Amino acid sequence: MSKIIELKNVNKWFDKFQALKDVNLEVNQQEKIVICGPSGSGKSTLIRCINRLEEHQKGEIIVDGKEISANTKDIEKIRAEVGMVFQQFNLFPHLSILDNCTLAPIWVKKMPKKQAEELAMQNLERVQIADQAKKFPGQLSGGQQQRSALARALCMEPKIMLFDEPTSALDPEMIKEVLDSMVDLAKAGMTMIVVTHEMGFAKEVADNMIFMDEGKIVEKAKTKDFFDNPKSDRTKLFLSQIL
Amino acid sequence: MKNLLIKPSKENLTSFVTLGGLLIFIGFFDVLANKFLNLNVTGFLPNKVSYFAPLIIGTIGLYLIRIEFSGNKLLDKINTNFNSNNLNAILTLIVIFALIKYIPPVLNWLFFDANFIGNTKEDCTGNGACWVFVKVWFNRFVYGMYPDAEQWRINSAFIMLFSLVGASFFVPAKFKKYILIFLLFVYPVIGLKVISGGDFGLKYVETGAWGGLSLTFIVSAFALILCFPIGMFLALGRRSQLPAIRYTSIGFIELWRGVPLITVLFMSAVMFPMFLPDGTYVDKLIRVLIAITLFEAAYMAEVIRGGLQALPKGQYEAAKSLGMGYWRMHFLIILPQALKLVIPGIANTFLALVKDTPLIFVVGLLELAGMVNLAKTNPKWLGMAMEGYVFAGLVFWIICYAMSRYSQNLEKKLSTER
Repeated sequence: MSKIIELKNVNKWFDKFQALKDVNLEVNQQEKIVICGPSGSGKSTLIRCINRLEEHQKGEIIVDGKEISANTKDIEKIRAEVGMVFQQFNLFPHLSILDNCTLAPIWVKKMPKKQAEELAMQNLERVQIADQAKKFPGQLSGGQQQRSALARALCMEPKIMLFDEPTSALDPEMIKEVLDSMVDLAKAGMTMIVVTHEMGFAKEVADNMIFMDEGKIVEKAKTKDFFDNPKSDRTKLFLSQIL
Repeated sequence: MKNLLIKPSKENLTSFVTLGGLLIFIGFFDVLANKFLNLNVTGFLPNKVSYFAPLIIGTIGLYLIRIEFSGNKLLDKINTNFNSNNLNAILTLIVIFALIKYIPPVLNWLFFDANFIGNTKEDCTGNGACWVFVKVWFNRFVYGMYPDAEQWRINSAFIMLFSLVGASFFVPAKFKKYILIFLLFVYPVIGLKVISGGDFGLKYVETGAWGGLSLTFIVSAFALILCFPIGMFLALGRRSQLPAIRYTSIGFIELWRGVPLITVLFMSAVMFPMFLPDGTYVDKLIRVLIAITLFEAAYMAEVIRGGLQALPKGQYEAAKSLGMGYWRMHFLIILPQALKLVIPGIANTFLALVKDTPLIFVVGLLELAGMVNLAKTNPKWLGMAMEGYVFAGLVFWIICYAMSRYSQNLEKKLSTER
């Protein structure tokens, strides 16, 4: 097991507000980490720093052997290896689901169109919406859109997948279909960092749990220990509220 | 008391509708008789009462036939759409009476009393419009001072343009791209060369002789095609992270937006040559084209920026997370959506541009409206201003309406929210 992501003393400020305080984290290949915590605790900011949608001001972030900083020239190359699924899906509404999936492989990875389409259909099959490939995002349900977004990210064949509260914007009956796709992905050996409140999902797939509060990692533990035997009082309180 | 406040109901429907209909008929009859027979039916009344009599009688009539759910479809339709209360009844009557009063004279002037036959002003004997004027000058209105013998060149340039545009609608999507590239980059050169001549045995025709409707098209088309990409880059520039680019864009946009077009045209004609080294000469038409293009580009930039700002941040983030850089993100994801959003605004700017072209008269170039202006001052054709401007207005309206319809169709076609 080799390290693929490493964060050392990462600090991030939004103007005066400090969003991340000395965050240290190591993620191994094929490891699944679930991050939970109250809102405003810095969970989303943390994973958005990993593909530099947010910029950190202090500390080091190393992804797949390359440091990410203001001096990183080819940040696009790193982003192409790190897939991300957003809370609001962020599908491209002017393109069909298939085109959503093939766009980046064709234009960023220079993949031939035919090959990109085959890959897209494979990934759409994987999240079980191959039959919707010709439709536009606006014609799909929230759950279908989020699975399309997952397929779109997978089409870049990323080494790491980041999930930023992927089920928070969904109706309850659609959450399961998205989580099922994520469980499949986890079983296939993807390295995943997931920000979510779905503790059932966390128990099923996570190797390690992280609890964050006020920009700090309060507790990091093996999933079983985290739920059965949390060490910090803050974690206990949080778990008692959401379980 | 109860008998006075009679309300129509289903029971006495027939008598009320008969009475109301009769009153309305009297009202209309009064107006029509007044208009066409010079007969004042209500002349026995005092002057002012007589004037308003048809309105008063008609309103009472409409009041009497106002029955909810009468069961008669036509009556119900009239009542809900034109006669839902007393105010609407009065407004309905005023509009109808005004139309009766003012439409016929317009039609008379345009068609029934107008003169179509002949070749000189003296042939116009009727009271209406003298369309002979437009007929005689038609060639000049379309081609300006372009020599008659060479006009086939303008025709063929435009036929080529229209057939290319037409072809782009019918060929398979694969070739569309090439036609578009040809239209944007190759055709303008060919078209201009054919019209201006000088090579290939074509007689040189200086731009001062160009004019009329064809010049309107040339100026509009060039400015439209060029101002769009410039405006797009200015819009992106104004949102750039790099201060140098951002402030240059802001400065450029605000400079051009702050100056009236007519001033810009004057400067292009008078001041611009002063900055050039002695002996260099830039054609008047080119200077005007550049001036109009930059002017409209500034407006276009702000329209497009509006679209860019309307897009949610998530679209940028999704594009970035897929490894797209600045240009790919903007050309594949952001601009297609932003431009679709601002089609109405773009159409607006384009229409304004077409209608601004007559202003090039200030540098001595005469497009359609300019030629009309010139023709009406011809000693043989004095007093034909109205006919000329109505004709010019109609032509501009047709052009602009076609563009407006096209933009609406485009909006529908590109909509993905079915």
